[in-house]
Amino acid sequence: MSISQTSAIAPGRAKAALGALRKVAASFAVILTTLLGLLVITFVVGRMVPADPVIAVIGDQADHETYERVYKEMGLDQPLYVQFATYLGNVAHLDFGQSHVTKNAVSSDLARVFPATLELATLATLIGAGFGIPLGIISAVRKGTWVDHLARIVGLLGHSTPIFWLGTIVILVFYAKFGLIPGSGRLDVYNEGLVDGPTHSILVDAVLAGEWEVFGDALLHVAAPALILGYAAMAYLSRMSRSFMLEQLRQEYVLTAKAKGLGQRAIVWRHAFRNIRVQLLTIVALAYCGLLDGTVLIETVFAWPGLGQYLTSALFFADMNAVLGSVLLIGIISIAINLLSDLTYRFLDPRTR
Amino acid sequence: MPEQTKPILSVKNMSVQFPSLSGVVSAVRNLSFEVGREKVGIIGESGSGKSTTGRAIMRLQPATARVVADEMRFEDVDLLTASEAEMRAIRGSRISMILQDPKYSLNPVMTVGEQIAETVILHERLGRKAARERTLAMLERVNIRDPQRVFNLYPHEVSGGMGQRIMISMMLISSPSLIIADEPTSALDVTVRQQVLSILDDLISERNIGLIFISHDLNLVKSFCDRVIIMYAGRIVETIDASKLDQATHPYTRGLLEALPSLDHPRDRLEVLKRQASWAEA
Repeated sequence: MSISQTSAIAPGRAKAALGALRKVAASFAVILTTLLGLLVITFVVGRMVPADPVIAVIGDQADHETYERVYKEMGLDQPLYVQFATYLGNVAHLDFGQSHVTKNAVSSDLARVFPATLELATLATLIGAGFGIPLGIISAVRKGTWVDHLARIVGLLGHSTPIFWLGTIVILVFYAKFGLIPGSGRLDVYNEGLVDGPTHSILVDAVLAGEWEVFGDALLHVAAPALILGYAAMAYLSRMSRSFMLEQLRQEYVLTAKAKGLGQRAIVWRHAFRNIRVQLLTIVALAYCGLLDGTVLIETVFAWPGLGQYLTSALFFADMNAVLGSVLLIGIISIAINLLSDLTYRFLDPRTR
Repeated sequence: MPEQTKPILSVKNMSVQFPSLSGVVSAVRNLSFEVGREKVGIIGESGSGKSTTGRAIMRLQPATARVVADEMRFEDVDLLTASEAEMRAIRGSRISMILQDPKYSLNPVMTVGEQIAETVILHERLGRKAARERTLAMLERVNIRDPQRVFNLYPHEVSGGMGQRIMISMMLISSPSLIIADEPTSALDVTVRQQVLSILDDLISERNIGLIFISHDLNLVKSFCDRVIIMYAGRIVETIDASKLDQATHPYTRGLLEALPSLDHPRDRLEVLKRQASWAEA
């Protein structure tokens, strides 16, 4: 009996493992396709814009021979598929060309500006999720009470207040009037250049270097924009968490848990919360992606030298290498975050395994 | 025999009311009945108040509902005045409830073992290991062949019949004295229905438990229960021994029986229930 049973189970296990492997492989295939699509788009856009890449390099004063020579050097006389292959090779080496505004390699510009945005977006997401999710769940559990109404009003305000307006008001009140916060940028002038660590995130680098004064200053600078972005994220996340939790509390297994004698805390956190983790992860990842490429407004208001500002100014100057490099980076980050949340689903929900 | 008939649950004049904009709607009206260590069927059509009755006994009625009664006594507990904390201590350990469809009534992201063990961890303050032992023994008791393996399965990985046996384990593991089974076999295939019922029957007679069996299946209740309460529009129209169900006198019960097809007495045309307004008021 036991022998026949184990032998009956073993192939089932192998099949299940193979199935899981196939699912992972399938999601990787989807990612590769998406990435290729993204590369094709950035490549085609790069060829189609009316800005001449040769003139961008040599300037409009150069003579015809120089133009011809550089044209050939840049491989522009090659067929498109060869050019695309060269493009892929360059991208693989993180070579996005040179920005003709900053005169730096786009990759080193991105290494400087992206950590600033990453820092801001990460803090804002942590604030948004850290306050928004508990708030949403509490207002679902206390549906219809004053706690719920208050949470919904706070959320609605966060939804409907434009962040550039809120940013301006915060600067006017807390910086100009009361001088409680530093106005703009990532650091005060006298702290600038004190840490130049490996990550280009000033908060992390300051900790690594043990420069606590710099860390404090950087934290003070990031606080206002991060709180404003975090408030907007919180408004969204608390609304969604509330409706996810309300949906779960209507489920039959909640009645089972009550009939078992469980208290409200166990029902909400041990039973219902486990069922909304996948949905929460999805919206937090979406909010995070949105913040990584959507911080232009707040970066402008607070003169935050991040990716949003870099991309906007590159667009104004038709700095195509910088634009395409930034777009590619944002695309890759979005794909990576989606992949990560996709893989985490499998741990959180047994039905997707 | 007196021990057998001494009621563990006695309900007098219970009503469940739902206040609404157009006035108070009563889902259950002036219900009085007693349950001893026996199997009592509650039968009635959809909306007759069967499930509401079951939930009101455990004080699990919807938040908007109000339960009023002259008396609701379970063993030594007054269910009308017991605090919420006292009710939580009773639920799952002294009164349990078995729900209809394990596909929905089990938590999809917890292993079934974890869900069963939770009951004894809660009510008997057992450690994880002891709770696991108890759970495995209980799973074996409901005829699950490989408890070690089933313990770690998730609800979507078990069949409906096994799911309902898991539900029974979860609700009987703390040896309650009263079980409210709300259509426990309606979601199951006819072939597994008998298995689940006989497991439930064994456990109930072995542990001397009182059962309220809510159903709309006349034949099932007739063969499974000792006594049958027939409800219509929120009230009891008739209470009768299950063996004497065929001799029921109330026109509603008669109408239900007439409407049943029978293999022994084939008929070309089944009777259609002719409702009378007086049943709802009587």
